[in-house]
Parts: sequence; structure tokens; C-alpha cells
Amino acid sequence: MSFPWAQQYVPTSPFMRWMDEKLPLPRLIHGAVGPGFPVPRNLSYFWNFGVLAGVCLVIQILTGVILAMHFAPNAAIAFDSTEHIMRDVNWGWLLRYAHANGASAFFVVVYIHIFRGLFYGSYKAPREMIWLLGVVIYLLMMATGFMGYVLPWGQMSFWGAKVITGLFSAIPIVGTPLQQWLLGGFAPDNAALNRFFSLHFLLPFVIAGVVILHIWALHIPGSSNPTGVAVKQESDTVPFHPYYTAKDGFGLGIFLLVYCAFVFFMPNALGHPDNYIPANPLSTPAHIVPEWYYWPFYAILRAFTSDLVIPFTHIVLVPAKLLGVMAMFSAILLMFFLPWLDTSPVRSGHYRPLFKKFFFFGLIPCVLVLGYCGGAPAAEPFVMISQVAAIYYFAHFLIILPLVSSFERPDPLPFSITEAVLGHDGRARLAPMAAAATTPDAAGIAPAHPA
Amino acid sequence: MTRILGILVGLFFCFALSVSLFKGVYAAATDPAAPTAESVFHKHPRELSLASDGAFGRFDKRQLQRGFQVYKEVCSACHSLRLVAFRDLKALGYNDDEVKAIAKGFQVPGLDPATGEVNTRPGLATDYFPKPFANDIAARAANNNAVPPDLSLMTKAREDGQSYVYSLLTGFQPQPAALLKQFPDAKTPPNLHYNPYFPNLNLAMAPPLTAEGQVGYKDGTKATVDQMAQDVAAFLVWTAEPKLDKRKQTGWPVLGFLLFATVLAYLSKKQIWAGKHDAGEASAM
Ligand code: HEC
Ligand code: HEM
Repeated sequence: MSFPWAQQYVPTSPFMRWMDEKLPLPRLIHGAVGPGFPVPRNLSYFWNFGVLAGVCLVIQILTGVILAMHFAPNAAIAFDSTEHIMRDVNWGWLLRYAHANGASAFFVVVYIHIFRGLFYGSYKAPREMIWLLGVVIYLLMMATGFMGYVLPWGQMSFWGAKVITGLFSAIPIVGTPLQQWLLGGFAPDNAALNRFFSLHFLLPFVIAGVVILHIWALHIPGSSNPTGVAVKQESDTVPFHPYYTAKDGFGLGIFLLVYCAFVFFMPNALGHPDNYIPANPLSTPAHIVPEWYYWPFYAILRAFTSDLVIPFTHIVLVPAKLLGVMAMFSAILLMFFLPWLDTSPVRSGHYRPLFKKFFFFGLIPCVLVLGYCGGAPAAEPFVMISQVAAIYYFAHFLIILPLVSSFERPDPLPFSITEAVLGHDGRARLAPMAAAATTPDAAGIAPAHPA
Repeated sequence: MTRILGILVGLFFCFALSVSLFKGVYAAATDPAAPTAESVFHKHPRELSLASDGAFGRFDKRQLQRGFQVYKEVCSACHSLRLVAFRDLKALGYNDDEVKAIAKGFQVPGLDPATGEVNTRPGLATDYFPKPFANDIAARAANNNAVPPDLSLMTKAREDGQSYVYSLLTGFQPQPAALLKQFPDAKTPPNLHYNPYFPNLNLAMAPPLTAEGQVGYKDGTKATVDQMAQDVAAFLVWTAEPKLDKRKQTGWPVLGFLLFATVLAYLSKKQIWAGKHDAGEASAM
């Protein structure tokens, strides 16, 4: 895409002209993250997190590839080879801690990125494809993170793999054969470890591919912004470089400070002590918990404690375990339908009084509570609390959001980004109503805009 | 269409969850979970602070040497330290000759060079600490049917590792009368030992540190049970993470550099954006 006022790429030296004819890579960069990409001038720091996610992916691939040179994907020695990295490989401890905490940092960043999208309605037209690709990335990240956690072959690796692949056994008829096929055996062992390693090496590159599509899709409508009002004119935008390269540079500095504080000073704070015990199929840990970034979904899984039976009989319609598995996957997959569940034409939550309340007082606490309960032992009161929170989770996305978007009366929107930033926009006074009627992006204007 | 389906799916999950919730509340009201001996008498570890704690902490090498001595003279009878090689002990301040002498004091598995028969030989600096038992069956047979776990990673493999090891070693005591009164069935079985810091309160390890002076410290420190427990816990922090000092020493310059770079990045961001946030610049456009 480009707005008509986007700066054109002009090669300045004979070499760059030559290059531009043979392989216009500099032209691509100029238009993608350079002066040729006009971006709304009012982006908040929440818009830093896409770039930060990209940095995390690079950190994970770099550290991961080197770790793989020293790691041995064999059930007999995987645990010891990890300790060999920690003790004997030059800077091995740094690589491993950078990679383990890098995974956590990646999820922190992506969760903020997703919730930014949820609040500012970034998933709505014309950005549905960016969002859909984002959900694909998120699913791939979950799979990659899970398989990575299995590799050091500690107690939580083993039992986590057993519990998570065990979810497939809940599927009627094909479940158990499917689980055995996935594991290459009756329980996690060498076959599972080897294929998990292979896939864990592969998937980040698949993610990188989908990220390229994600950013390509982003460049068609361009970024949204905190008002959700579409770009109308040149004064609404600034060129990506130098404005957002500078802002992203500062954000990156803050991110790296926090990340390195974890890597160097509390590298095990987010891990589980049991994973420093070698895998032992004969000794079940007291509490099997996955990594923190799966906790909300793990809580949903465990919230289904009773079968659905036909009333007054003992005929089980849906067993509790299958319900839990269906709900856990639905909780993630429903993200794919968000652009069509929330039909309010107003994007930004700032101008949606009802939506805003449900978002801050419903969804955010609900996800935090689910996260807390998912990491806690599967005992009361945590199960009951997760049941209440899970009810809200499904109600929020599948019932409240569609209904609110029909009944809510949005607040008036600013005429343009320029007006939102500067407090006035010369063109706004000319003919706001005419503009509202003719703008190609009527969705950016609240239908309730006072006449 | 999507919305109608969505609402139906939402109602289905909310209904199924409400059934679970209702049954859970009913069960909790009619049949509340009874307390167990573990839930009432298990104690959180007593805090042990060490020189290596905190972002500025460094290992106290003299304490590590004392802790090593406790391991060598007491714990190594039952516990292996399989991830640590004798050469690693140089980090505790021993010189090459001392390390060789320590290694020689341990018998490690070997082969007779003439016959190829399995035998033992004195350790070399490159060898790892040997296992006290030939295999788990032998270990169980000698320890009330429990395998003494390897100690290399012990302080990272338990919640509050160093405090836990310290508390466990100093926490052996007779079973409280109150416990037996409340839970008459929870009497410590013969050959197990009551310890409120152990998750299920009874463990197969007999109190290993029992008498003052059990280990003769060469640096003049008084070898009380509490002191020996602290020292061996400190030593196990080192075995679990020998690169701890290096990690923190590296961390500070890294954070310093990043802070500097971030301040520069902030200043240039400010400079570049000057005027973009307010009306001042609009007239220029
Ligand atoms: C006589 C043999 C013996 C000696 C000596 C001994 N231990 Fe143990 N230790 C055991 C056994 C057996 C267990 C397993 C207990 C169980 O699981 O019930 C154990 C378990 C442990 C545990 C793990 C507890 C847990 O949470 O699983 C620690 C820590 C420990 N010992 C530390 C030490 C230290 C430190 C010393 C030296 C001061 C030492 N032990 C000396 C036999 C011994
Ligand atoms: C590897 C992971 C990811 C990378 C590298 C990445 C990268 C980016 C980048 C660079 C941007 C533009 C800057 C910004 O708006 O922050 C962006 C925008 C966006 N991303 Fe992602 N992203 C990732 C994952 C996700 C996920 C998991 C989702 C949602 C499920 C998502 C949804 C979006 C949306 C909707 C936008 C447009 C936001 C707007 O313009 O308002 N992304 N992404």
C-alpha cells in the first residue's frame, strides 16, 4: 500500500541504481520500515510491541541455533547435555538463560501486543487478515514453546508432555491411537523427544515466514492508531523513519533492560524447580503445571470437572475431559472469529463506553485470575474460581461482545488524527458531515456522531 | 450468522461450566476437604541468607570449602554429585595440587589395563565425583527403600533451595504430640524420620548432622550443627550453579551499557519528535 504522499525511493548513487534494477531490496526496506512508510503520528507505546516481538523472535532463533549445536536430543543424555551447556560450554549458561527467558519475554510482549489489538479494535476491517495471521503466529508460538520445554527432559518436561499429549486421548475413538502416534510410543520417550526437537527447530522459521505475511498484510491498510480513526491526510502521518525507528529504538532499550535483568539476576524466577530433576516416568510430581504462559488455558481445561449427562440417567453425553479439551482449544480459536463477533464500527475502545467497562473490569481481571488459578494446585478454591472466570471468558467473547456492539452508543470521535493530536484540524471545520458521508472509511466515524 | 453460532457456543460452555461449578459448590458445602497431617504440620523453610545472595552477592570461598568438607566427610557416603568434576573445585580456591590430592582420595570406577576387568582406581582431576552406590537397587537396599538423590542441582530443584536444604538438615525432631493427637494414623513409620520441612513429613534419611565437631574445620570455625548445615547448603548453591558469580559480574556491565544506550535513544527520540505532539509544528506544515 501506500498513501499518495508517501516519499518515493530515489537511488542516489550509480551502485544503488544498479542494485535497484537487479534486486530492489533497498526500495523494499525504504517502503517497509523507512521514510517511504507513512504511519499515524499518534501511536502510543503500545505500538512498540510488534517490533519487540520481532526482536524476540530473532533472539530465540540466534540463541536456539547455537544451543542446538551442543544439545543432545536423546532421552538418555538430554538432561545432562543441558547441564553440560550450563557448566562447560563457553557462555553456555548465558545462551540457555537467554533462550529460556527469551521465551517468556516473547510471550509477555505478544500478550501485550494482542491485548493492544483487542482494546483498540485492531482486528476489525480493514485489518482482519493481520489479525488472523497473528492468531496463527500465536498458535505456532504455543506449539513451539511447549516442545521446547520438553527438550531438557526434566520432570516437568516429561510430565508436561504426558499431560498435554494426553489431551488428545480425550477425543472419542481415535484419541488414544492419535496420542500414541503423536508420541511414537505409549508414553513420552526417545521417539517423542527426537521429533519434538526436530519440530522445535523448524517451527520458529515457519513463524518467521508467517510474520513476513503479517507485516505484508499490515502494509496494505497501514497501522491503526489509538483513536481508531483512519488516516485521511498527510498531516495525520509521519514517515516511519526517523520517527518510529527512534521511538522503537527507545522502546527496545527499555525492553532489553528488563529482559537482561531477568537473564542475569533471576533467570530461574519464571521456571519450575522440578525441571532440575531428571525425568522419571515412575515418580509423578505433586503438581504438574506447564509454563506460565499457558496457565489461563490450563485453568480453563481443568475447570470442567463434571460430565454432561442426560438428566435423570447415567448416560454421559460429553465427558468432562473432552469438554475441557474442547473449551481450551475453543478459548484460543475463538480469536479467529473476533472480527465478525464484534460488529461495532468504532475501533478504539476509548470511544466505546460499555465495551471499555467490560474490557477493564471483566476481561483483564478474568484472564489474570485464570492465569493465577492455572498455576495453582488443582484444588479448591482455585477450581471454583477458575470456573467463574472461565464462564466470564466465554461470555465476554461469545455473548457480551456481539451484544454490546449492537446496543452501545459510542462517544463522538475526533474528526481526524491531526485534530486528536493538535486539538484542531482546519479541514474539520469545513464540512464534517460531508466528510463523514463521503469518506472511503466510514467505519472510522462513529455512527452516533452528533449531527 | 457468526454471531448466532458464537452465542450458542458461548451458552454451551457457560452451561457446562455452571454444572461443574454447581457440583463443586455442593460438594464443598456437604463434604468439606478434611485437613491432613501434611496440610497442618508442614512448615515453610527457615530463611538462610548467604554471601552469594542478591545482585551484588559473591560466593564466600572459605564457606564453600567448609561446605565441601561436610559433603566429603558426611553426605558423600550416600549422595552422589555426578555433575561436578574434581577440576571444578579450583573455583573454591584450591590449587592444582590440592585438587589432585582431593581426587586421589576418591575411588572411581576403572578398568584393569592388563586384564580389562572392572575395578576401581584413585580419581584424577578430570574425573567426576563417584556414585556411592553401584545402582539404585543397592542404594535402596541400604537406605530404607529410598534412593538418596544426587545433590548437584538440589538447591535449584527445590522451592527456596538453599533455605530448604538448611532447614531440612536442622529440622529433624521427635514427632509432635499434637500431631499424634489430631492424626493418630499419621505416626512416623519405623525407619523413617520426622521432619516438618519435608513435604510428607517423614523421610528415609536419618539425621546426617548430629553432633558439634562432627567435621573438623581447619579454618577455626566452630562446627555446630547449624554451621555445618549452612556451609553445606552454601556449597550446594555452588554445585547447582558454578557460574553464578560470573553471571552477576557480567550482568552489571551489560545493564550499564543498556542504560546508557537507552538514555541516548530517549534523547534522540525526543529530539526527533520535538514539536510533533502539539500545535507548534502544525503551522510549519
Ligand atoms: C545415610 C545416608 C545419608 C546421608 C549420610 C545423607 N543423606 Fe541425604 N538422603 C538420604 C536418603 C535415603 C534420602 C531420601 C529420603 C527420602 O526420599 O525419603 C536423602 C535425601 C536428601 C535430600 C532431599 C530431600 C528431598 O526433598 O527430596 C537432601 C537435600 C539431602 N538428603 C541432603 C543431605 C546432605 C546435605 C547430607 C550431608 C550433610 C546428607 N543428605 C547425608 C540419605 C543420606
Ligand atoms: C512473532 C510474533 C509477532 C510479530 C513479530 C508481530 C509483528 C508485528 C508488527 C511489527 C506490527 C506493527 C507494529 C505494531 O502495531 O505493534 C504488528 C501489528 C499487528 N499485529 Fe502483530 N506480530 C506478532 C504477533 C501477533 C499476534 C499473535 C497477533 C494477534 C493475535 C498480532 C496482531 C497484530 C495486529 C492486529 C496488528 C495491527 C495493529 C494496528 O495497526 O493497530 N500480532 N505486528
